Amino acid sequence: MCFGCGSKVESSGDDFREFLENTRLGNVLTNLSNRFQTLRKIFIFALLCIFLSLFGVSRTSAAESDLGISGQLKYRTATGETVFVTGVTVSVEGSGSVTTDETGSFRIPVPGPGEYRVLLDTSTLPDTVSLKDVSRDFLNVNLSTNKDQVVIFALQDGSKVASPESTFALRRVVQLSVEGIKFGLYLALASVGLSLIFGTTGLVNFAHAELVTFGNLMGFFFNYYGFAGAIGFLAPLPAPLGSGSNLVIAAALTMVAGGILGYGLNRFIFRPARRSGVSLLAQMVMTIGGSILLRYIFLYFFTGGTRAYRSYSAQRANEFLGIFLTPKDIASMLVSVVILLIIGFGLKRTRSGRAMRAVSDNRDLSESSGIDVEKVISQVWTTGAALASLAGIFLGLDAVTWESGFRILLFVFAAVTLGGLGTAFGALFGALIVGLVINLSTLFIDVELKNMMALLVLVVVLMFKPQGLFGRKERIG
Amino acid sequence: MDWGFIFERTFSTMIGPEVVIYALAALGLNIHFGYTGLLNFGHVAFMASGAYGLGVSVYYFHWNFWIGLGMAMVYSVVLALILGIPTLRLRADYLGLVTIAASETIRITVRSRVMKPITGGAEGISEFSKPFYDLSPFELGKFYNFGPFRYLGRDLWVLVVGWTILILLTLMVQQVMRAPWGRALRAIREDEDAARSLGKNAYSFKIQSLLFGGAIGAVAGVVQVVQKGSIQADGFNPTITFTIWMILIIGGPARPWSPIAGSMIYWSLIIFVENVLRQLSPQTRETLENTIKLSDINIGQMRYIIVGLGLLLLARYRPQGIFGSREEMALDDR
Repeated sequence: MCFGCGSKVESSGDDFREFLENTRLGNVLTNLSNRFQTLRKIFIFALLCIFLSLFGVSRTSAAESDLGISGQLKYRTATGETVFVTGVTVSVEGSGSVTTDETGSFRIPVPGPGEYRVLLDTSTLPDTVSLKDVSRDFLNVNLSTNKDQVVIFALQDGSKVASPESTFALRRVVQLSVEGIKFGLYLALASVGLSLIFGTTGLVNFAHAELVTFGNLMGFFFNYYGFAGAIGFLAPLPAPLGSGSNLVIAAALTMVAGGILGYGLNRFIFRPARRSGVSLLAQMVMTIGGSILLRYIFLYFFTGGTRAYRSYSAQRANEFLGIFLTPKDIASMLVSVVILLIIGFGLKRTRSGRAMRAVSDNRDLSESSGIDVEKVISQVWTTGAALASLAGIFLGLDAVTWESGFRILLFVFAAVTLGGLGTAFGALFGALIVGLVINLSTLFIDVELKNMMALLVLVVVLMFKPQGLFGRKERIG
Repeated sequence: MDWGFIFERTFSTMIGPEVVIYALAALGLNIHFGYTGLLNFGHVAFMASGAYGLGVSVYYFHWNFWIGLGMAMVYSVVLALILGIPTLRLRADYLGLVTIAASETIRITVRSRVMKPITGGAEGISEFSKPFYDLSPFELGKFYNFGPFRYLGRDLWVLVVGWTILILLTLMVQQVMRAPWGRALRAIREDEDAARSLGKNAYSFKIQSLLFGGAIGAVAGVVQVVQKGSIQADGFNPTITFTIWMILIIGGPARPWSPIAGSMIYWSLIIFVENVLRQLSPQTRETLENTIKLSDINIGQMRYIIVGLGLLLLARYRPQGIFGSREEMALDDR
């Protein structure tokens, strides 16, 4: 597997790699230390200090870069002329504000990657211009690259009477709820596997987020390179084999790849561990090790930047009943709902689904009633990982990064605990509730602090109803 | 390849500040995991609580450095109670879930813009450690020679204090674990129900263990930020926790001196590997870069790949570590 082996990798990571190739830090330092023998020991010392502080520096250097959020305010008149809007105040919460110049452009420097809320002061808009949707006077921006982020405020010709405050708030609530449901659906896809793996084996798979990242990155891989990216001689063949394919096909291939990874993890790592009597505690340490191993292998090959899928990456949000959603959001929500319904139906009605629930419920009893527990565990790992990969693809519609899964790990844990560890349906409902709570909480608290809500959910659930909404008391210890 | 240089670096690392800091942190984790069997996957949060206990006191409240040290302990106690009270009655993995979630949440929260006036946000806090260096008997800017090693007075002072704290705490842990209190912890780890039936309040013992280990973790955080001279929220990321786990398991859980041994082994291994890779001849480097993409930046990431693989393999094949014994620590469920 090699994400950058093709010749045309377009990414922000490339600039950085080029910079490194030209400098060749290692070689330069070696040469220097040979040349200045007398200064060598001081050098050693300085190098030591540099290396020892690598931890902190490697992650914080991004925070010192001069990032910014920029954009241009313009609208089209009825005659098709483009007009730039000047003198409008735009601000980023916590990072100051600017007014747009004569071309309607603005740029606000921000301290580093993170989540920001960009606000447009509608009172400074000229009387002849208004927002297409009055409730969209703010935009939430997730700045994860080392590049400026461009934001677009949709403006229109002609003034519009501002809606009264109440409908304004209501619209925002509705918008955030829909986005929350969307996020909850993605979380649900990621959580079902975690919950079922726990139910059948008693193992909390701390590496589950990496399965999500795996899907996120494999989607990118199939989208751009197809199989030829890994197996070079396939290159002359048609699309999914020889070159990149449509994202829908890529997603299907990714789910298969994710399933294979899940199967492999169980077959070659965790099943032998169970067989040779490695305790659950040690297995959990193994999953933690696996998590960091996979994460840094992803970083190794994919490098740090954020990328986007070739298809469907930049879409305009359409209004539908006052809610703004891009077509890809709608499609991904529909697909998630369908897949989750299939999973729910499968668990209730099919033979293997029932077996999964039975093993989750009581392993010994199911084993003695003739269910092949190992086979069920294998199925659970495979489907769980495939679903997690799909969640990764959906997350990738917004951004493809090496730690996209790890970023939602907290939410997945909160969802699974809320629903009750070990229950598949609990995980589904837990995920939807967590998605909604997280998104709606940004009405009251800063976007950056929404992670805290997940922890709060987790702690409150464990305090008052540790078995979760759907779990049973005897499991909790 | 300059082997002299590589070995010099490797050996000077073995007594360097990173070894002290990580050994301290692992000592705390050893109490949690090694002696009590608590699955703490967010140990870095305790380090952060120590660092910010000191930093916030000096930066925001303008208190004395020494009061700050006391606050570091207070913060770690508060954190341990928040994490422990809801989870320690439950099965071991719930603590794991909550601690890993808490450590990330704390990092994201302290680096947020909202918290900037208090914690310095993403830029962090600096210039808080002067009173500590004022006490130094060494001249801060002068170099001191010890055989092949040279240390700046400033670092020498950190090392002397750091090693003193580390050895004293290790001796203390050794004594405490021989005492009835420590034996009760181990009994709880081996079989909580049996310990309970003998009248030990397992919940209370586990909270005490979390407090004790957390406080030592906070000491590690304090030493780290005093040594660095700055507090950076992003320095307290989950990979630190996993590195501490790796160190603890290399040395062998539930043995008092294993954190020091593990930390020395881990750091000399990492520094050795990284230096060998960096010193490869240009042709070899080029070949490696073209085949397995071994760039400078990837050599820096190599240590985490080693940590991940190491944890996976150690937990699978040798959970008792290099020096541990199977009887003492088989990593059993409760």
